[in-house]
Formats: sequence, structure tokens, C-alpha cells
Amino acid sequence: MKNHSAVDIFLSFYAWCCAFILTSAVLTILGYLLFHGLSSLNLDLIFAHTPVMDALFLKKQVFGGLLPAITGTLALIFLSMLFALPVGIATGIFLSEFARSGTRKILGLMFDIMASLPSIVVGLFGFAVTIFLHQHFFKQLYPCLLISALCLAFLVIPYIIRSTQIALESLPPQVRLTGPALGATRTQNLWYVLIPMAAKEIIGGIILAIGRSAEDTAVIMLTGAVATAGVPNSIFSGYEALPFFIYYTAAEYANTSELMKAYGAALILLFICGGLYLFAYWIKRKVR
Amino acid sequence: MLGNDRIPKICLQTAAWGCASLTFGVLVFMAWLSIPVLRASDTVHILTLPWLPGQGQFGIGPMILGSLYISVLSLIMAAPVSFGAAIFIRITRPGTLGKFFQHLVEAMTAIPTVVYGFIGIFLIVPLIRETFVQGSGMCILSAAIMLSLVISPTMILIFSQSISSVPRQYTIAVEAMGATPAQKFLMIILPCAWKGILTGLILGFGRAVGDTLIALMISGNTIDFPRHILDSARTLTAHIALVTAADFDSMEFKTLFVCALTLYLLTCVGVFFARAAGKRQ
Repeated sequence: MKNHSAVDIFLSFYAWCCAFILTSAVLTILGYLLFHGLSSLNLDLIFAHTPVMDALFLKKQVFGGLLPAITGTLALIFLSMLFALPVGIATGIFLSEFARSGTRKILGLMFDIMASLPSIVVGLFGFAVTIFLHQHFFKQLYPCLLISALCLAFLVIPYIIRSTQIALESLPPQVRLTGPALGATRTQNLWYVLIPMAAKEIIGGIILAIGRSAEDTAVIMLTGAVATAGVPNSIFSGYEALPFFIYYTAAEYANTSELMKAYGAALILLFICGGLYLFAYWIKRKVR
Repeated sequence: MLGNDRIPKICLQTAAWGCASLTFGVLVFMAWLSIPVLRASDTVHILTLPWLPGQGQFGIGPMILGSLYISVLSLIMAAPVSFGAAIFIRITRPGTLGKFFQHLVEAMTAIPTVVYGFIGIFLIVPLIRETFVQGSGMCILSAAIMLSLVISPTMILIFSQSISSVPRQYTIAVEAMGATPAQKFLMIILPCAWKGILTGLILGFGRAVGDTLIALMISGNTIDFPRHILDSARTLTAHIALVTAADFDSMEFKTLFVCALTLYLLTCVGVFFARAAGKRQ
């Protein structure tokens, strides 16, 4: 390597190019979406022509607006977190505090696989199990909000496990030893010292998991999301959701106004996911 | 209260093993439902034959090939750019600008895949159609371009992490000897960090194979064997999403489990390789 400067210049030129390509690609996508989506963002997009208060208090059903899809997505997030949080956090605590190293290895491998399973596989699993139960046990059971939420929970549990485990493991050893030195049991130490100390980090991980369950489309399209269902009123019925609405409209739109609605929906979904991301970032930042 | 250690431990243990066995349960379930199909015809045939339900042929060969084409092409496009971007973050501009760029990359992970797919339909597909004046523009190339954007943040973050995990003593020593940044990178960092880079490539490829929406929305979904990057193709994941036959007992539906099993096993292979590469670092 005789010519130092030429290699140096080439390497930094290459790095600059790559960074530029990526940045401009992202900005193009976001700009394109904002350019087309912003004009369709208004109350009519969400509520159609139904009066806002009537729609919010469920006096009137909203037809043609995005309200059912937004509430569907929120219901999905809420339900999937209801299932995923206790199990995920418990598993994370077990891995970091109780598991022996052999157990930790086996479980770690399983959760690595769980985390990288394609979401469509999880969706197919949920769908097949539902059909199986429908045929043999519960005649009334169809793909529905509950099934989707369970599948989404399966999808995000490994993320919650990972962030809980890392948050607890990265606590300084002094903190870990003080409680037991004062006579606290393992559980007391965990409950009064370790979990509160790690809480912010754990919450940051949870919020990112919420973002994943808000955006996932592959799971819900197999397990109960439908094109029109209205605001969800039962966990045993089909429902609308933002990501599915975007996918469905992109494939089936009949006119420009429907397409504009999809742009609006994409923008709203982007705001939800981006907002959650920023929130998680803010919390994590406060930890340091 | 909370004086007893045994009960909480048992609860936590149950949750952990429950999750793990559920993951294993998915594998068993998929395998169990695949057996009738695999038994009815040769396994080799299932994996290589075309998909012609009308003639009773349920081969998933085209989908396997479609998945591979799209994933490999997107990896070929994303890997060099991600590599350069990681160099930018860690070596070219390690200061404010690099940090800012890293935040941008991290924020990219929050963009929903369906949004990428949606924009792809209206931005990339017409572009490809007009550039190559062939077909509808819904092809392997379009899907791979969009997919490369989806997988690059994962790769960049892992690359940059593995570059930064090279011991400080090494980099300081080589700097003290008067090496330029390029020399430092080529002689010290690359030999130390290549396993992390390999891990990044494996995980990026895994994300590409596992993604459903991009391929489903912009690769066209025809069931022929793809021959050219401007051909339309269907991936394994999109295939599962598209065939929603109501008849649970039909052969058509059962082959979906062969697709899912293939994806599951591919995932396992990826995880094993990624862990093996990560361990020896």
C-alpha cells in the first residue's frame, strides 16, 4: 500500500456516497409520502361526514372514514400488549436472574429463532390453529381480533424478553448486592430494587415492541383483518386495521379519492410508529 | 410479603418455558401438517415442481426460487451501501455528522414495511416500467430495490457495532504508528470485525427472506419460474399470504405448511450461522 492518500480518499468518498444514497432514498420516500398524504389529512379522512362527537361516542357508525381502522389498530396494540407484557417481562426476568447458564443457552436459542421467524409463518400458525379449533371444538370461532392479538403477542414477546433481560443484566453489581446484603430475599431485591432501576430501559423496549405490533401486516391479514367491519365491538369478530387498509387499498383502489385515503392512512401509520419511536428514544435518553 | 422465593421463580420459569415450547410447537405443528403432502409425492418434487393446482401439481419450486432471487438481489444492493454507511458512521465522520446519520438509520427501522411497499408501488414500479419498457414494472428488481431499504438499517447497525467493538488498544496503537484511517480500517478493523459483518449479512438476508409485504405488493406474484430480474415472481411468504383456500383439507392449503416449514428451517439455519459467527468473535 504505497499510495496512502489515494486509498484514503477513495474510502471516504465511498463512505460519503453510501451515506448520501441512503439518506436521499429515505428522504425521497418520506417526502413523497408527505407531499401526497398531507393534502388528504383532515377530519373528513378520519370521520368521513359523521359528526366527530357522535363518532367518538359510537352513536353513529363511521362509513368511509379511517376511524374504524385506527381504533382497530389501537385495540390490537392494547390486546397484544395485554398478552405479551406479562409473559415477556417474566421470561426476561427469569433469564437474567434465575436461569442457570445451560438453561439460558437453550432458551436463548429458542428466543433467537422466535425473534427471527417470518411474521407470515406466525400468521399461518394462528390461522391454522383457529381453523382446527373451529372444526373440532368451537363452531363459532373464526379468525378475529383475539386471534390476531395473540399472534402479534407471539411476534413481539422475544423483543420484550430481550430488552428486559439486557436492562436487568446491565445494572451495576453494587446495586445487585446491596439488597441481599441488607437481608432482602431474591424476590424482594428484584421487586423493590432491580426492576424499578431497570424500568425505564424496559419501557423503552416495550414501546418499540408496540411499534412492531402496530405496523405488522402479514400476521393480521391471515388472522382476521377485513376490509370493512366498522369500529370493533367484540374481540371475536373481524376488524379493520391501518396497515391492512393500506395494503388492501393499494391493491384494490377504484378511484383517486380512495387512493388519497390510503396515502392519508400511510401517513397516520407513519406518525404513530415514528411517534412511538421518538418516545422510546426520549425515555432511553433520560436513562443515560 | 415477597419473602418466599420459590413461587415467583416457578411462575417466571413457567412463562419462559411456555414461550420456548410454543416456538418449538410451531415447528412441530408445521411439520405435522406437512407430512401428508410430503408423503403423497416426493419431497424433491414438491420443492422443484411448478405450481399448477388445476393439474394437481403443488410444487413450490417457483416460490423458493422467487424468494432466493429477490433476497439475494436485495442483499447484493444493500450490503455494499450498508458497509459504506457503517464506515461513514465509525471512520469517515465519527463525530456529530456520523451520530446524526446513525440516528437517521435507527429511525428507519421504525418505518412500517407496508409504507415501503405502498410507496414502492407508486414510485419504483412506474420508474422501472419506464426505464426498461417491459412488462408492468412489478418485478424482482422493483421488489429488491425496496427490500434493500428495509434490510439495510439492520445491517448498518450491526456492521457499525462490530466495527466499534474492535479493542481500543489496537486502533490506538496503529494510529500511534502513523497509520491513515484507511490503513487502520483495512489492516486492523476489517480483520477483527469480519465475523460481525458476516453476522450482519446473515441477519439481513434472513429479514429479506422473511419479509412478506414488499414482495407481495410489488413483485407481481406470478407463479411461473422467474428467469430474469425483470420477471414478475412470487416469494414463499407472499404465496402463504395469497392462498387462503377455505378448504382446510385441500392439498392446495396443505402445501402452505410446506412453505412455512421451509421458512422456519431457513430461519433456524440463519440463526445457527449468526450465532456461530458471533460466538467466535
